[in-house]
Amino acid sequence: MTAPRTLYDKIWDDHVVHQAEDGTCLLYIDRHLVHEVTSPQAFEGLRMTGRKVRAPEKTIAVPDHNVPTTLDRANAATMTEDSRIQVEALDKNARDFGVNYYPVSDVRQGIVHIVGPEQGWTLPGMTVVCGDSHTATHGAFGSLAHGIGTSEVEHVLATQTLIQKKSKNMKVEITGSLRPGVTAKDITLSVIGETGTAGGTGYVIEYCGQAIRELSMEGRMTVCNMAIEGGARAGLIAPDEKTFAYCMGRPHAPKGAAWEAAVSYWKTLFTDEGAHFDKVVTIRGEDIAPVVTWGTSPEDVLPITGTVPAASDFTGGKVEAAQRSLDYMGLTPGMKLTDIKIDTVFIGSCTNGRIEDLRAAAAILKGKKVAPGMRAMVVPGSGLVRAQAEEEGLAQIFIDAGFEWRLAGCSMCLAMNPDQLQPGERCAATSNRNFEGRQGRGGRTHLMSPGMAAAAAITGHLTDVRELMAETV
Amino acid sequence: MDKFTTLTGIAAPMPLVNIDTDMIIPKQFLKTIQRSGLGKNLFDEMRYTQDGAEIPDFVLNQPAYRQAEIIVAGDNFGCGSSREHAPWALLDFGIRCVISTSFADIFFNNCFKNGILPIVLPQEAVDVLMEDARKGENARMTVDLVAQTVTTSDGQSFAFEVDSHRKHCLLNGLDDIGLTLEKAAAIDSFEAQTKALRPWA
Repeated sequence: MTAPRTLYDKIWDDHVVHQAEDGTCLLYIDRHLVHEVTSPQAFEGLRMTGRKVRAPEKTIAVPDHNVPTTLDRANAATMTEDSRIQVEALDKNARDFGVNYYPVSDVRQGIVHIVGPEQGWTLPGMTVVCGDSHTATHGAFGSLAHGIGTSEVEHVLATQTLIQKKSKNMKVEITGSLRPGVTAKDITLSVIGETGTAGGTGYVIEYCGQAIRELSMEGRMTVCNMAIEGGARAGLIAPDEKTFAYCMGRPHAPKGAAWEAAVSYWKTLFTDEGAHFDKVVTIRGEDIAPVVTWGTSPEDVLPITGTVPAASDFTGGKVEAAQRSLDYMGLTPGMKLTDIKIDTVFIGSCTNGRIEDLRAAAAILKGKKVAPGMRAMVVPGSGLVRAQAEEEGLAQIFIDAGFEWRLAGCSMCLAMNPDQLQPGERCAATSNRNFEGRQGRGGRTHLMSPGMAAAAAITGHLTDVRELMAETV
Repeated sequence: MDKFTTLTGIAAPMPLVNIDTDMIIPKQFLKTIQRSGLGKNLFDEMRYTQDGAEIPDFVLNQPAYRQAEIIVAGDNFGCGSSREHAPWALLDFGIRCVISTSFADIFFNNCFKNGILPIVLPQEAVDVLMEDARKGENARMTVDLVAQTVTTSDGQSFAFEVDSHRKHCLLNGLDDIGLTLEKAAAIDSFEAQTKALRPWA
């Protein structure tokens, strides 16, 4: 009898091509996602060495970081020259090397981490990599998914493998159920608030517990997406009936007998009773409140009912970092979080740019208007999410409320396209990073769930979404 | 990739914790399709004002540290994005070694692919090295990858751990892809085997 194994152990074991004496492994990669920012140097490396893409059929490219999300983006003049060069380089590389490709003009184009699952490229038990840290998103399917650098992108293109050392196992269990108004985003931010941004360093996290089981696939993707913000290499959730239902019928999911065979394999992908975890964190679902970030690290998380902390509330190196955050964010210790005024709202990103996120925001916004002077935008995660939201009438709710209704892309999450904050502007964002300058130099970012961002858009300040939910009942 | 064996140079102190990849190289510089030329924009928003003037207080703008080859940093250096532009920018500036109590996983990997040695040491050791770095340009720190030691300007030495495969690659300036392609037969047989077991993958 073999020793009990974790979900991570099982996926790992099924992908080891070669193991050296010192434990360094060559790991096979099932899916390689590629975007325009971190791939040009890798393709150039292949050209210089005369190498090919080993498995173009397992390689999927889509431009997302740079592309404008305004409705006039078909006009090349909407892009700066350097952005246009990167997108054109991806066009050419995808064509020259024969990989799967969704160009800007394709309705299926979108953020790489939304397109992968949507098209059925991401399936349980797979290894998935991309030159982007938020590749952790795909762990929601019980696939081992993580970000890599450009040298590793080139390595995967050339060999379909990665040189890896195994990480340790960490379990994050969310027991019980979430309270009304609390979402997957609040779970994932609360976990980072608890463990810190380096708490997961060296680990692969498996999220489990009743509250995780009760999440939709969209919610699970939100949770896993931010595993990297907690320092973990990857986040995983064991596949179940919800996972299979999501995958079934997607363009690149198996069909017929192959589907049946796949499901029976996927049903073996769970952590065995008694398997060892090197670190365990348990949080009661009932204890999680709607949260926001106040500082410039994703670990700077507080319930919306809280107050801005003082640097002296912290210890060690965090004292200086907290003071720097307070200065950058322009906040005074002791002020109520709900007194923080905002001028910009961004709903979108690979964290919260899926249909469920747009539904949650629209439910709060229905029949309401954004506060005077508010700049608010919704950027759907893919062209298909956008189309579905239009069909469901969500787009009209956003437009009526005073939001800009955009085309798909990464947009203001990292501000590589024209969507940026000006110095001192303060944004309620559903994205994943509140680093200094992330959304534009001098811009100030508060991370939160889509419902919370919608609530802030209406009131003009950070707001407890539960108060507006009470109004809509 | 350039080899890394030993390095004696100026170390710049950056005690701030959680120095992220957006600080190391802000996104507006990721639009390049080359690996070189990013050094002038290393730590851009901490190093220059909005109109491009140097901020004199920033450590790498101080005369003593303009030639730094080592950074001694606060905990969790390199957290955030997977952008390899971060180590490219460090390397282009002239940094070959970063010392901290911990690094973010992807950044840590990316360093080794570019001939940069990231060294993890306990807080007490990093505190001593941080003090040594604060002495400025007359204090040269020595990093010896062969012996796996860091030595302060006054001779205090700390041993560090490094993965044996990565050490081998750094010492010899080896390209991972070339090494992996030597195992092409193993990859072929793995693919054949999984095609039968998991044909959908």
